[in-house]
Amino acid sequence: MRRIISVLMENAPGALSRIVGVFSQRGFNVDSLCVAPTDDESLSRLTIITQGDDKVIEQITKQVNKLIDVLKIAELTEGPHIERELMLIKVGNKTELSRAEVKRNVDIFRARILDVNANNYTIEITGTSDKLCAFEDVMSQCGDIIESARTGVCGLARGDKALRP
Amino acid sequence: MKMMSGAAMVVEALKEVGVTHLFGYPGGAVLDIYDALHAQDDIKHVLVRHEQAAAHMADGYARATGKTGAVLVTSGPGATNTITGIATAFMDSIPMVILSGQVPSMHIGEDAFQECDMVGISRPVVKHSFLVKKAEDIPMAIAKAFYIANTGRPGPVVVDLPKDIVNVQDSHPYVFPDDVTMRSYNPTLKGHNKQIKKAVASMLKAQRPVLYVGGGAIVAEAGAYVTQLAELLHAPVCSTLMGLGAFSSVHPQFVGMLGMHGTLEANKTMHNSDCIIALGSRFDDRVTNNVDKFCPHADIIHVDIDPASISKIVNAHIPVVGSVDKVVLQMLELLADADFTNQEQKVADWWQQIEEWRSKKCLQFDQSSQVIKPQKVIQSLYEHTKGDAYVSSDVGQHQMFAALYYPFAKPRRWINSGGLGTMGFGLPAAMGVQFAYPDAVSVVVTGDGSIQMNIQELSTCLQYGLPIKIISLNNRALGMVRQWQDMNYKGRHSCSYMESMPDFVKLAEAYGHTGIKVDHLDDLDDAMARCFATPGLVFMDIMVDQNEHVYPMQIKYGAMDDMRLSKTERT
Ligand SMILES: Cc1ncc(C[n+]2csc(CCOP(=O)(O)OP(=O)(O)O)c2C)c(N)n1
Repeated sequence: MRRIISVLMENAPGALSRIVGVFSQRGFNVDSLCVAPTDDESLSRLTIITQGDDKVIEQITKQVNKLIDVLKIAELTEGPHIERELMLIKVGNKTELSRAEVKRNVDIFRARILDVNANNYTIEITGTSDKLCAFEDVMSQCGDIIESARTGVCGLARGDKALRP
Repeated sequence: MKMMSGAAMVVEALKEVGVTHLFGYPGGAVLDIYDALHAQDDIKHVLVRHEQAAAHMADGYARATGKTGAVLVTSGPGATNTITGIATAFMDSIPMVILSGQVPSMHIGEDAFQECDMVGISRPVVKHSFLVKKAEDIPMAIAKAFYIANTGRPGPVVVDLPKDIVNVQDSHPYVFPDDVTMRSYNPTLKGHNKQIKKAVASMLKAQRPVLYVGGGAIVAEAGAYVTQLAELLHAPVCSTLMGLGAFSSVHPQFVGMLGMHGTLEANKTMHNSDCIIALGSRFDDRVTNNVDKFCPHADIIHVDIDPASISKIVNAHIPVVGSVDKVVLQMLELLADADFTNQEQKVADWWQQIEEWRSKKCLQFDQSSQVIKPQKVIQSLYEHTKGDAYVSSDVGQHQMFAALYYPFAKPRRWINSGGLGTMGFGLPAAMGVQFAYPDAVSVVVTGDGSIQMNIQELSTCLQYGLPIKIISLNNRALGMVRQWQDMNYKGRHSCSYMESMPDFVKLAEAYGHTGIKVDHLDDLDDAMARCFATPGLVFMDIMVDQNEHVYPMQIKYGAMDDMRLSKTERT
């Protein structure tokens, strides 16, 4: 089962490598990983997408929580939550028809064209991972995908729940 | 405000945290620190012969005292040589701080001479690590390292010190922190009341309770409370290899070590119990055997300071996060109101059953043999030390014989590498013990294989006049490997025997010590007496039966109590 795990940790050198180490040492999966400082710059927030049954997830959360740099950890998929991912995608389109198709779908998906060239568009899209995948599919039908980059998922719990020190 | 060099800060901070012994070996990156050490005599520096041994010595010191062991090594090879020692301490939750030199900050990442990413290479086997960037940060890093190493579930912590920040020329303000609490690190010590209530209810209901005591009980100095609990419940007590001595092995309620080479009665008791009270133990695979068949009738109460240990291998019905001493005390407080008048009667059938298993006398061995049996040697050692020695061990058959045939009545007397199973641990560990307690009897039980890993420390023993007694069970083979080959590989002894064994007596003498060779059973007792009557280090090279196996032994894929009892019998 797909799980989103959110970690609040010290924004300290080496902290990230320790977390990644827990995953590789103990044979846990990482599907995506997204990390950046929070509003409090001394802290980083890390979101990991992983797979596993309840027992595996329990071990992951406990082992990560055990790291000295980690303040808090929560599994977002346990409750109502919001998740978003950003993708930049460069789509080649040599024909006028293809360009029109791409533009039409950009509107439908509420994506944005960031860069326009003679032969390609670079598009930004945010949404759930599923939406990004769907958009990628559509783009591959109306043009040629040249390259793409995704941030990995980040998320927050809905309502009053929060991960704070 | 005091001004001093980075090197002086290292020494000053080590004094501040109470370091008495620093086990180390110099080299380019730490020469400044060595220079600062030269100028003082509060901290005794012990010059080892190999950095792995420095880590094991600090480890032995820590196991015997409960204090944090301290190690100082140079960058590159000095640092990498400690890794086995660090991993050994990590697996057994031993508090240790390793100060490693590092190339100057501006050269990090350049593949400079003797550069090695110590923080990186040690990461999977440390509790935490610091790469110190500024001299001013040294006191805080050292204070935190010692705090982290010896709180919560203890473990090794690395402090990597680039050469430029410890140079003896520059002066910096020295401020030792009053407080090292960290917002991201708050180990839970007291158990949750609701969980404790549940646990106590379960214990009181149990007809066939058992205590399964591990190393966590020793770390938490919980022996007295554990004993009270066991006596109140009138419950049998089993110990893991790491827990031996937390509950006295000569107590009538002690049923033995459990697990792969546990006693029949310990494993039977566990398997048939209806309530397992696990105290600071972690359901290691060397205990459980096949997890799917593990103790099918029991409610499991699992007390551990590390939440990640709970329900990792075996699902706990009643998890309690906390340190064993605090949690058991909480249990005792609740039990103060309980009515125990019928307790003994309640568990009478249970004890009758246990006595039946005990009557099989699973530790019996051939007494008529004229070849020296390794078990006999351990029994003799027990008699000659009145059961009161610090016994460090290496890894192999001799380790299991020592664990089974030397009953430990006190905690911190049995010093062995349980988790990692590190051959070469014994001698340096016993040295660490001897440094901590100069007047104590510090013994190593070892084998002809293990003793040759770190034999160089005989030289260190001479330098510091350590009167260690080395009891080497010489079976001319890597006995434990050979046993597995006998059992699982039709006796094909692939690379498990040793050709060209040294003359250990001469070797001991070459290092300036006494060596005694024992060939005949009839000489054993006298030789042992001579060993303990002789001042200084004595190396006992005892020729034991090469074909002896350690029994009982769990049968692979079976339940806890599926065991071989001898070469021909099984449960
Ligand atoms: C460093 C290391 N290498 C290999 C092993 C695997 N091993 C476990 S027991 C053993 C044999 C030990 O032989 P010895 O020290 O002579 O003890 P004995 O079993 O004969 O009592 C070996 C090779 C180990 N535990 N540690």
